[in-house]
Amino acid sequence: MTLKIIVCIKQVPDTNKVKIDKETGTLIRKGIKSILNPEDKNALEEALRLKDKIKDVNITVISMGPGQASAVVKEAIAMGADRGILLSDRKFAGSDTWATSTILASAIEKIKEDDGADIIFCGRQAIDGDTAQVGPQIAEHLNLPIISYVEELKYDKNKVQVKRALEDGHFVMECPTPVVLTTIKELNTPRYPHMKRIFETFGDDPIRKIEIWSAENLNLENTKMGLNGSPTRVKNIFTPTRKFEGEILQGNPKEVARQLIVRLKERQII
Amino acid sequence: MAKSESIMENILDNYKGVWVIAEQRNSEILNVTKELIGEGKKLAKLVNSDLTTILLGNKMSKWAEELVKFGADKVIYAEHELLEIYSSDAYSKVISNLINTRNPEIVIFGATTIGRELAPTLSAKLNTGLTADCTRLEIDNENSNLLQTRPAFGGNIMATIVCPKHRPQMCTVRPGVMEKAKYDDLCSIKGKIEIINPEISHHDIRAKVLKVEKSNAPEIPLEDAPIIVSGGRGLGDAEGFELIKKLAVKIKGVVGSSRACVDNQWIDSAHQVGQTGKTVRPKLYIACGISGAIQHVAGMSEAECIVAINKNPEAPIFQIADYGIVGDLYKVIPEIIKALDNVEDIIEAFKKLS
Repeated sequence: MTLKIIVCIKQVPDTNKVKIDKETGTLIRKGIKSILNPEDKNALEEALRLKDKIKDVNITVISMGPGQASAVVKEAIAMGADRGILLSDRKFAGSDTWATSTILASAIEKIKEDDGADIIFCGRQAIDGDTAQVGPQIAEHLNLPIISYVEELKYDKNKVQVKRALEDGHFVMECPTPVVLTTIKELNTPRYPHMKRIFETFGDDPIRKIEIWSAENLNLENTKMGLNGSPTRVKNIFTPTRKFEGEILQGNPKEVARQLIVRLKERQII
Repeated sequence: MAKSESIMENILDNYKGVWVIAEQRNSEILNVTKELIGEGKKLAKLVNSDLTTILLGNKMSKWAEELVKFGADKVIYAEHELLEIYSSDAYSKVISNLINTRNPEIVIFGATTIGRELAPTLSAKLNTGLTADCTRLEIDNENSNLLQTRPAFGGNIMATIVCPKHRPQMCTVRPGVMEKAKYDDLCSIKGKIEIINPEISHHDIRAKVLKVEKSNAPEIPLEDAPIIVSGGRGLGDAEGFELIKKLAVKIKGVVGSSRACVDNQWIDSAHQVGQTGKTVRPKLYIACGISGAIQHVAGMSEAECIVAINKNPEAPIFQIADYGIVGDLYKVIPEIIKALDNVEDIIEAFKKLS
């Protein structure tokens, strides 16, 4: 029996490189490249490792986003995924996590019909929003069990055993498949794409093609997608403010150390 | 249109009360719960309502009483042996049943590794919105909506989120951000405790916890430490943390770290402060060899006093530091350790000078 895996991925701006314009206090997004979200890469890598080990594994990657997000679906195929689907439609625009997870769950239902789904992987969270909500929400929409923060995974006969990270340790957990798992960076180190597969996937007339699905491909009411289907709204966006001017202590190491102690003592901090 | 809006308002009016979902590990209440009670009380007052704390566990009735003393107007304690350890299945079943039958207006969770799984599961189950990792909560004067402010894009921007037409309004709040509720023995006179015994069976729990294992986390959790000495990339290598530890021990603090050091495996991720680590608000934060990337600053800018030691005078950390020292941390820190041995003498010497 083929093990069927679905990996949900997202294209994100490389927020580690985002800088603030000091004059205007706004984000400088120009020249910031888009990448495959790091923890989604860990999710894909884990699926690929299962494929390396068990062989009879089929991996489908899905993403939701504008046309340019096809780049991350192609990257996933170049890394070794078998099938890639981009959910792209203006009707999806403005979706919050609830609507996004509803759309993804609806796509997963459809993939399940002809392909099945034993394990659904998501990265724990995307670096642009950091919400960590979409994985657990997908699980609930599909009425499947969820284990998030997965830092170690073993699969054996329709069952997963995982280490699930906590602040001060972890749970050792077990769950029958099908199951939704969200992955963290401690789980693995993702591989690089294969050169051969890059040539087969990218380019004008590639051998390996990805599928583009619109809202019409899904069995979902319009009221559940996009801004209209989103319970939450962004009311306001602003840049965090700095509190006050500090003091740079002057002198050699011994002098600055002594000045520091005096100031901390004066303020009764030590 | 006007009619449907007024019907909408009526429906929303049926939801009353602010709820805090308490979190326990090993049958001990986490500090974040006390912070949420403190914040929840303020919100409850603003919407003319009460604060209810929901506790799930086993043999924790003593803690239910303690939660009243932290200021909860009411504690609903769901007791069952299968609730002793968290499971998404059992916890979301019990809490969704409570929410569906009692209709709270606002529900707040801690943004812990567990709260960040439980809350989204519930938002999908209940078909309502959820805002993650809030650092500020307010009530809109115009319509009493909850204004939920959170960092996004790695802390580069802040966004205020609302959930105008769905109830309850739900959010998770970062640990260490809100002020803890004050403990008051006399509160127990006013607060009520309701114990319920939900029906749960082993079959309800699909993802099962077999074992709980502890890691090498700092002895005092970072969020609770009054003094934190943190090391960054400027340490140069893992051994640099020996010096950081020395200063931490001397000044009675705990060791923190920037993400770079965790990524380089110089130190366990339990020490990480910042957007992807812990949010802290200690009395004193000493940043050593930390440049002050926005992701790090997002986790520590609320410290009462920030000291920065860095070779690079242009390092952004100096923009938020109360006291900046431009220099080699390997020369400065040993001098601070020495000075801490002679505090009284140094104070005397400075008095004479001034």
